[in-house]
Amino acid sequence: MATATSSEETLFNDDERKHKKLLEAISSMGGRKRKKQSERSEASVQVSEFFVNAEGTGEKVNISDLLGTVEKTSGASNKTKKQLRNLQNSKGTLALPLNKQQTEKIQRGIAYEKTTKENQKAEQIVFPLNQESSGPKQVEQVVAGWKAQTPLEQEIFRLLHSNSQPVNDPVLTPVEEASLKAMSLEEAKIRRAELQKTRALQSYYEAKAKREKNIKSKKYHKIQKKGKRKEFLKQFEEMVKTNPEGALEELKKMELSRMEERMSLKHQNSGKWAKSKAIMAKYDDSARKAMQEQLQMNKDLTQKIVVPSDDEHESNEEGLETVPDFVNDPEPIIDPVNPWMRGQLTHEEPEVSCVTTDEPQTAEQENEEEELIGEFERKRKLRQADEEDLIPTEEQKPESEVVEEDVVEVSDKEEEEDEEEEDVSEFNTLFRFMRSEKTLEEDEEGLLNEGQIRVRNIEDLEVLAEDVDPQPIAAPSLPQTAVGEATSEPPNKKKSEIDLKEVLTKDAKVVQVPFLPTVDHDEQISIIKEAFAGDDVISDFIKDKRKQEAAGKPKVVDLTLPGWGEWGGVGLKPSRWKRKRFRIKMASSPPRQDRKLPDTIISENRNTSIASHQVSQLPFPFQNTAQFESCIRTPIGQTWNTQGVVKKMTKPKVITKLGAIIEPMVKEDFINKTTTSAGKGPAIMLGENKRANKGREWSSAKHQGRRGSQKRKKQQT
Amino acid sequence: MSAVMPELLTSTHVEKMKKKKPPKRYWEETENTDQSQRRPEEEEGKAGQNQNESTVKERPLKRKNDERLEKKDPFPGEAPIPHKQLQKFQRGEKCKVPAGARRRLKEAITSSEAMSEHAQKQAARYDLLLPEDAGFLEGDEDEDTNTISQDDIADAVDITSGSKYFSLHLSQFGPYRLDYSRTGRHLLVGGKKGHVACIDWQTKDLMCEMNVMETVNDVKWLHTEAMFAVAQKRWLYIYDSKGVELHCVKKFNDVLRMQFLPYHFLLATASATGFLQYLDVSVGKEVAAICTKMGRLDVMAQNPHNAVIHLGHPNGTISLWSPNQKEPLVKMLCHRGAVRSLTVDKTGTYMVTSGLDRKLKVYDIRAFKPLHSCFLPAGASCLSLSQRGLLSAATGDIVQVYQNILGSSPVSKPYMAHRLRGQIWGLAYCPFEDVLGIGHGEGFTSMIVPGAGEPNFDALDTNPFRSYEQRQEWEVKALLEKVQPELIGLHPEQLSKVDQASFEQRHKEQVEALGFDPLAKVKFKPKTKKKGRSSAGAIEKRKRKVAHEDQRDEIRQSVQERTEREKELKEKSNEKKLGNKSTLDRFRK
Repeated sequence: MATATSSEETLFNDDERKHKKLLEAISSMGGRKRKKQSERSEASVQVSEFFVNAEGTGEKVNISDLLGTVEKTSGASNKTKKQLRNLQNSKGTLALPLNKQQTEKIQRGIAYEKTTKENQKAEQIVFPLNQESSGPKQVEQVVAGWKAQTPLEQEIFRLLHSNSQPVNDPVLTPVEEASLKAMSLEEAKIRRAELQKTRALQSYYEAKAKREKNIKSKKYHKIQKKGKRKEFLKQFEEMVKTNPEGALEELKKMELSRMEERMSLKHQNSGKWAKSKAIMAKYDDSARKAMQEQLQMNKDLTQKIVVPSDDEHESNEEGLETVPDFVNDPEPIIDPVNPWMRGQLTHEEPEVSCVTTDEPQTAEQENEEEELIGEFERKRKLRQADEEDLIPTEEQKPESEVVEEDVVEVSDKEEEEDEEEEDVSEFNTLFRFMRSEKTLEEDEEGLLNEGQIRVRNIEDLEVLAEDVDPQPIAAPSLPQTAVGEATSEPPNKKKSEIDLKEVLTKDAKVVQVPFLPTVDHDEQISIIKEAFAGDDVISDFIKDKRKQEAAGKPKVVDLTLPGWGEWGGVGLKPSRWKRKRFRIKMASSPPRQDRKLPDTIISENRNTSIASHQVSQLPFPFQNTAQFESCIRTPIGQTWNTQGVVKKMTKPKVITKLGAIIEPMVKEDFINKTTTSAGKGPAIMLGENKRANKGREWSSAKHQGRRGSQKRKKQQT
Repeated sequence: MSAVMPELLTSTHVEKMKKKKPPKRYWEETENTDQSQRRPEEEEGKAGQNQNESTVKERPLKRKNDERLEKKDPFPGEAPIPHKQLQKFQRGEKCKVPAGARRRLKEAITSSEAMSEHAQKQAARYDLLLPEDAGFLEGDEDEDTNTISQDDIADAVDITSGSKYFSLHLSQFGPYRLDYSRTGRHLLVGGKKGHVACIDWQTKDLMCEMNVMETVNDVKWLHTEAMFAVAQKRWLYIYDSKGVELHCVKKFNDVLRMQFLPYHFLLATASATGFLQYLDVSVGKEVAAICTKMGRLDVMAQNPHNAVIHLGHPNGTISLWSPNQKEPLVKMLCHRGAVRSLTVDKTGTYMVTSGLDRKLKVYDIRAFKPLHSCFLPAGASCLSLSQRGLLSAATGDIVQVYQNILGSSPVSKPYMAHRLRGQIWGLAYCPFEDVLGIGHGEGFTSMIVPGAGEPNFDALDTNPFRSYEQRQEWEVKALLEKVQPELIGLHPEQLSKVDQASFEQRHKEQVEALGFDPLAKVKFKPKTKKKGRSSAGAIEKRKRKVAHEDQRDEIRQSVQERTEREKELKEKSNEKKLGNKSTLDRFRK
């Protein structure tokens, strides 16, 4: 179905064609064939950069034609201007620009490298990209999805709309919005690319339609029609499922065609051809078939189509089914103007079909663009607002001062009390005291009751303490044991190492107690006797320590073979040089941990059980153990950390949404990324091609439009 | 009267004058103080200049105008964390990025440092959530706290706390050993003559009571209050909380003392035959049996920090054991006579011992050095340290409690004292309570010791108020987080260290295989430059530049440290001169 405008266009085109033909005819008369010059009337992708024409006339294009405007524009830098001027002066021909595939390949390569590097560095990557954030949404977003439902609301909104007052975002009026919508360069580029694309598509379509129209073959058109019908039916079935409203409209159209069919005598087997066929049908199978087909067509077209779309319709139709068919026939209405033809009130006005005309389609596309750009705009605004919020706080941060409490450190003072006495004499005093107590007790024993407890008090103790005269016990003599014989070193050295006087030298301080314990004399004395039964504790300990030290010492390995190279036998010793030569001293072990602790023996055995749980190989980036150990010093478990820290420490490197398809990254993702991450600066400039030869800049600049319009290029994620 | 009147008049007049001014708002005050806080140096510097009052008066007026325009947050940014609190949660030293580090190394170090700093800060912040504080007993002037009797304390405190002072008269099966469960709710007492009972001591609910008809040497709760172990005359028995005998472990004979390591699920037993044995109670397997060759082992304690078992011996030595080594990790000579009792504090820093030589000694167990010792007239037969570091010592029939004994200076008199009837045989502090349980010849006594228990409990680890379900949940989690016995050693932090021995061995092999040391620092090789700049002299010069770089770094660091130290000292001295400033000083006129 051609509309008026399209028919006009075709008329115009026809004229043009005729004119062209005339021109061609004239030119052919001249004998020599003129070179045909392609003329560009539409912006399209397939414009070759090798044929740049000037104004449709046969003149050559000069560089000055292209670059003349550069001198006037203020945006271009002086440097490029100068370069271009130089270029103008140069005589040499320019190298060919890289072809599309190659430039794209280069771009993809660069983009791949950049993103992979970024992804490696990133703490966490979330797939799929561009997810909608869960959680609380912005107020504007929520309001956008909301519709006025009650009459009051509707009225209010109508009022607001009529006065072009802001509804969703009450802060900004449409004028302000428009001013805010001023595009950035990037977005402008994108938008221009989109427009170019649509224009190009449009021109393709036009050209195609023109070409097809010129085809005269009936068969072709028949097949075409058939195919279209099939396609349409298929689409319709699908539409019933997905878009019932649209389907209803389609249904109306079909209804219209049905009416036409019913009105006309087509396919009724009443035409000339049909009559002739009817005669033939008796004898010819094919003719019969053709007739049958005709009838079938009629039947198909006149058949009423019932589509259950809404509950209301269903109920309607159920009610109607009982009524004979012919009653319904005029019922479905097409003409909305005619009030008598009114069928169902809910029907919307059928829109003008958009099959032949392309204007509405492009308008739709433009709408989409507007939406997209609007979304960008909104996002940018939000981000700006966020940044504005952030900045002042950051400025104020350094001013805050930490009021620190001064740390009072407890100094580790070595105790240097002047209390002398009470050293080793405790035992003596104890003995004496015991003895005196015992005698006392024996005297008083008769007077004491069995159940009573005798309690000493402080005065008692003081009196007792006065009686005692402190006598230092002589240090137990060091037994010269045979321990030293095992090694060749003299025992004197060891004496210097461990001095008996150093062991257990700490002064004791007497503690005053408010009440003193009841004394069970017999028991205590027996305990003390037991204590002294085990003889000298200290010398035993020192012996033990020496033994341990000797065991830890490296041993001399004697490899002398008696009688080898000299006389051997009973009573003969290998010679001195031989002993010197074949006695191997092992490397000395590291100094003992307890060398400065006289009353302690620390085992030098290595704890091998823990070794299997330890890290024994340095992981990759670390150069020494200290670095690695400091890196793992903070535990990550819940026992040692707060909940938030644990979550942060154990967050996964990659997060994928369950069931979501992870699409490969496309150009748009990049652009989004670069525009959103304003602080970092664009990671990649897809619109520009960096090449070594600066002289080519002009041509690459020309390419930009094309590259922008390219369909989504799949980039490696 | 006449003299007073004019004064009054003037005063009213002044008030009227004041009324004309707009009322002062609270934020104005805070703003002023805040500003003064922020720039104390400036204020001080200007103090001399601002002698004339006119300038001083103008400034606040200006500020007021500003404030009307926009309210500012008087305390912007995050709340500061006190340095002291931060230091409390510091883990190890920070690692600096070396000078010529590669990118990956730089990233690894910086990210881990940032993370640990964040963790430290958060922990310091959350420390705010431990609000409880421990109290203590304070006497009047010239009154010793140790003369205050338990009855007086019980009368003075609230009823609930007062009810924590009680005693059980069990004179028949005397003397008693006792053990509190880790949450502090349940008490297990075992009389020498076979009487075993478990009690929910706060409600005084008797969970079970029985007589095992045998000598009982020691009793111990296992990981929960559902099971306990009893060391009887011959073998080790395990009962459940209803008194049903679950196991008789005949591999463990003649056990005298027991310790339970809660994070390893190990029951360590010391026997009369000189054997130290470890029983894994989660799987019921004997982990290790060590013949100590030290004779009868009747003194035992555990170090809660590293799960090392301390044993005291008749020859005055104390030995430290882990299940992984057949010989003692450390052997210390502590007393001239036999060791009678010992205990280790919660942090694993201090060990307190008492011997037959009637001395009480405090050791720094990390360095194995004695800190101080004191002479107790009757010697201490039992020792116990509370969660907050109060030491209780049983001398005969008296229990003495010492405060600040873990400090550097020795104490001269006890913090509290309490007399009981009969010899004391068992002594234990109740976790998270200010209560000391005493088992003696005449039964059991629960004594109030203010300031003994930790006021803040970790509810995920030991929750005194946990329900049955919570206990079940905890049990599963604890079993999942069970620490393997191989990890017991003197230094538990060793796990986070690289196994140096095998590392060196492997490195040596690698060097042999490769023919060069991959970890060695690369020798500086000067680039060859053109146009005569690569002469021998120039190269040498460049080499020298690099050669002293490290040295220079060190020197720079040391100088910086020194200056910082000096600065600190100066600040401290300044503070001393000025006197301690408090937050309330700003209200002073």
